[in-house]
Amino acid sequence: MKVLYFASLREALGASGEEMALPDGVGSTGALRDHLAARGGAWLALTQTKNLRCAVNQRMVGFDAAVADGDEVAFFPPVTGG
Amino acid sequence: MSVSVQQADFDVGAEIAALTAGDAQAGAVASFVGLVRSDKVGAGGPAVQAMTLEHYPGMTEQALEDIVTQARGRWDLLGVRVIHRVGRLLPGERIVFVAVASGHRHDAFAACEFIMDYLKTQAPFWKNEETPAGGRWVDARESDAAALGRWRREE
Repeated sequence: MKVLYFASLREALGASGEEMALPDGVGSTGALRDHLAARGGAWLALTQTKNLRCAVNQRMVGFDAAVADGDEVAFFPPVTGG
Repeated sequence: MSVSVQQADFDVGAEIAALTAGDAQAGAVASFVGLVRSDKVGAGGPAVQAMTLEHYPGMTEQALEDIVTQARGRWDLLGVRVIHRVGRLLPGERIVFVAVASGHRHDAFAACEFIMDYLKTQAPFWKNEETPAGGRWVDARESDAAALGRWRREE
């Protein structure tokens, strides 16, 4: 699967994304967020960013949304366009 | 093409003219243009020297198309055009353009505001401001979420 990071989160992590296999036991966007935050250090930004948002296959979803291998998952702060 | 995400500026007059060209049913066009502000209104913060807009290619276009589809489902619209710029922009430059054509003004006014309110909270763009004190990411505003809530209550 592909995981993408945007804006302040991308800066905090020093990465715009990564390819990874769906980790064992991870079935939702929230579980994936927690799995990545468990790397510690800068990755704690995933649980510390206020009102973090996520998308699966380019659709904004909640943290209870299902994820499967092959999905494109994105994590980002609240949007500020317009 | 009703939705564009681009670095280039746009010609407001030409876009409005194109929206209703050859359509004698159109009796109204409402439009909105968003600009880069140099100062943080009311915050007393440092002046903004430039702004860089980041987005999520692919999802951005899809989110804007979805918003236009929702507006077309709610009001009787003859044409919709949305342009959002990305990259580095200077104070005074145009960022976003929304124009809606309809038979009568109410549908055009309402749909134009609806599209902007949805775009503000649903389309994946992020603003980074350059100031003398360095770059800073713009925080989402509570008032934008409240503006969206107003439309949802009316559903």
